[in-house]
Amino acid sequence: MKKILSGNEAAARGAWEAGAMVGAGYPGTPSTEILENFVKYPGVYAEWSANEKVAADIAIGAAYASKRAFVTMKHVGLNVASDSFMAVSMTGTEAGLVFISADDPAMHSSQNEQDNRNYAKFARVPCLEPNDSQQAKDMMANAFTISEEFDTPVIYRMTTRICHSSGVVELSDDIDAIYEHRPQRASVKFPRNPAKYVMIPGNAVKRRPLLEQRIQKLAAYAETSPLNYIEKGSSALGIITSGISYQYAKEVFPDASILHLGITWPLPKNLIHNFAQSVQRLIVLEELDPFIEEAVKIMGIQVEGKDIFPAIGEYNPRIIRESAVQAGLLPPEAHISLPPAYPEPIPARPPVLCAGCPHRSSFYLLHKMKVPVTGDIGCYSLGVIEPLSAIHTLGSMGDGIAVAQGAVKSGSTEKYVAVIGDSTFFHSGIPALANAVYNQTPFVTIIMDNRITGMTGHQDNLGTGKTLQGKTAPIIDIEALVRAMGVQHVTTLPSFEVDKIETTLKDYLKLDEPSVLITLEPCALLPDSRKRWEPLYINAEACNGCTLCFRVGCPAILKSEELDEHTQRPKAIIDPTLCTGCEVCSQICPRDAISFRKEHQQNGITIQ
Amino acid sequence: MKTINFLLAGVGGQGTILAGELLAHVGLAMGFEVKKAEVHGMSQRGGSVTSHVRWGTRVFAPVAGAGEVDFLLAFEKLEGLRNIHMLCPTAIALINQENIIPISVTSQNQVYPTDGEIQGAFAKTIQRAIFINASDTAKRLGVPQTMNVVLIGALAAVLEEYPAAEFTQSDTIWVDAITKRVPAKYAELNKTAFFAGKSLITLPQKENV
Ligand SMILES: Cc1ncc(C[n+]2csc(CCOP(=O)(O)OP(=O)(O)O)c2C)c(N)n1
Ligand code: SF4
Ligand code: SF4
Repeated sequence: MKKILSGNEAAARGAWEAGAMVGAGYPGTPSTEILENFVKYPGVYAEWSANEKVAADIAIGAAYASKRAFVTMKHVGLNVASDSFMAVSMTGTEAGLVFISADDPAMHSSQNEQDNRNYAKFARVPCLEPNDSQQAKDMMANAFTISEEFDTPVIYRMTTRICHSSGVVELSDDIDAIYEHRPQRASVKFPRNPAKYVMIPGNAVKRRPLLEQRIQKLAAYAETSPLNYIEKGSSALGIITSGISYQYAKEVFPDASILHLGITWPLPKNLIHNFAQSVQRLIVLEELDPFIEEAVKIMGIQVEGKDIFPAIGEYNPRIIRESAVQAGLLPPEAHISLPPAYPEPIPARPPVLCAGCPHRSSFYLLHKMKVPVTGDIGCYSLGVIEPLSAIHTLGSMGDGIAVAQGAVKSGSTEKYVAVIGDSTFFHSGIPALANAVYNQTPFVTIIMDNRITGMTGHQDNLGTGKTLQGKTAPIIDIEALVRAMGVQHVTTLPSFEVDKIETTLKDYLKLDEPSVLITLEPCALLPDSRKRWEPLYINAEACNGCTLCFRVGCPAILKSEELDEHTQRPKAIIDPTLCTGCEVCSQICPRDAISFRKEHQQNGITIQ
Repeated sequence: MKTINFLLAGVGGQGTILAGELLAHVGLAMGFEVKKAEVHGMSQRGGSVTSHVRWGTRVFAPVAGAGEVDFLLAFEKLEGLRNIHMLCPTAIALINQENIIPISVTSQNQVYPTDGEIQGAFAKTIQRAIFINASDTAKRLGVPQTMNVVLIGALAAVLEEYPAAEFTQSDTIWVDAITKRVPAKYAELNKTAFFAGKSLITLPQKENV
């Protein structure tokens, strides 16, 4: 049967077909849908873990216990999980273990760009890279076999254009038959093998040389593995390529000879030497780092790569074609000219906090208070966008609280606020807050609890009371947890109560002790929230075009065509298809021109 | 056959993803190899979004480069304009007559281009730009969210005129792709939206007033 699957759907299917019993992960674009799909298959355990390191350790534990397991994360997730990853490279496992790393060239949804093939080299483990959805499914089986045969974790490196592109996949629709026949490993006793699994220095020293032997054996395997293959074409040009770049190579250089590397670490030296000898000009086509290119150069082979193609960002056929024309790899006629650019600036449309977002009120106030705000990663990062413009740092998940502490301890005399979402708090905010409290640091932390992991598309987390498999779970009481850390000043307030939040913030900013404000309101896009949507309206007679409400940065508030007679400024109108009725704008309007829900009832108004 | 490149451009939440899925399945049903690409994540919070769909005998890259797109389906005017550089000179663009004002226009002083400016830019760049009222049509059907399927209907009508022998499309193929991919209780409604979209092209004088 032919089915259109995204790379993520295909990888989930492949993992299941390969007999993976346990999948753990932490959401992160572009990796999130792998687990969301894996959980739909029978006979598996899947979970959203607190963070990537915890997820990795869960997969490691399952693989120690002889069950095939994998862990999913976006590229930066492997930074978080790297300690566990480096450790399990030392021990190996009993059953196959795969780290799926979804890299994000061009940073469509990420804070940085990094090429996680480097981690494979760093940890002396193999790296597999599928080039489309079919391979994303099929190569999962190879990944688990290689992991077991060589007693090593495997990096399964995908990128945005593999994860979120869909293509035709050949697969069987007989789920029951696959379920029956997928490789299953019997439950056995947990290994009591300290020499292999207890990495005290005395044992680690003995395992260390094995890593070098292992990578050499893997290199020998890579010479003949079916994942590395040559597609013979003209001898004028030879291209070594992998992953999504393979597709661009086929599209732009249909006649060239191609060496496709499904295993990009370790590299097959002889295969590469022979391929190099069979062609007149040799290039490497790879997104991001010159990872293969540098290794080929170390082999003493003359090759071109990043001197022709960009080393940053994402490729597409045009980038490859135009770079190739420049380098004389393609004739000048191959150039495709572009239509003239539109002469005026086109207004930007950055992502913004949704209409009715519970995060908006705090950022409106923080902007007004002009305090330095250390941010963190989630929907609430959008507090940086104009006109809210209220976030001053953001680097990695969970950094905001300790960055504020560092700034305060540096002797800065300003009053600081750190903002963090619920999922991020569970991910890595807890130790940072405990640390700030223990070291008695006076600043305000706002935990913006919207009852969900919003940015990545609404996954459950340790505070939502539900697991990935739909089971009911205990809900962590954030306020009680914060009190238990020793914070004396903690308040939970509804996110839409602008005045109360303002007074509390002002009080807390005067303190000489750590304080925590929890703003609580479910994300406006959750099904239960949607049921409560009720658009407000602006009384055009009362509005005098003061423009104050534009400063809450709500996409539902628009400039009307009508100018106020006196101020000659546009009056405000509300788009009823977007407004949820959160009443944040009503509370700040100085002329009471914006309605409140209760007036609707009193006046018998319903707005569609 | 030369690979056919579609680009769907809109604002997060407008239903570009479903439209792309429909288009990919129609291509598959016509016997093509298809690929589709989109970016999830940050772009969903009301930001600009694009999806690529490619049909061909053999399709390699999941995205087309600038200057290579044959059909643009713009769900919003400004987003159509933003992607004009993606089009090849022979491209056909279907542009929904809807303005969604970005925050940069409300709270900073950026200016949303006029209809005349947008039409002028398309006229200068490509063969055929068709402005249709898909949003209004969907509203008249009582369900504004079917705007994406109205646009797909209009595209189906445009493709019927496209000179590629391999296009073995029929209403059945489109309707089948739609009904399989929307919740059962909305199937009829979406079918109606599809045909309403088609008639925007085949009966322009009636609908485009
Ligand atoms: C190390 C790392 N893992 C995952 C991500 C992806 N990511 C970005 S924001 C986010 C979740 C934020 O959720 P929450 O803190 O609850 O804030 P919300 O989006 O709900 O406002 C995740 C998982 C990341 N950027 N970095
Ligand atoms: S998804 Fe929810 S939390 Fe995220 S911006 Fe929208 S309303 Fe806010
Ligand atoms: S009440 Fe005001 S701030 Fe809230 S969604 Fe409606 S327009 Fe936006």
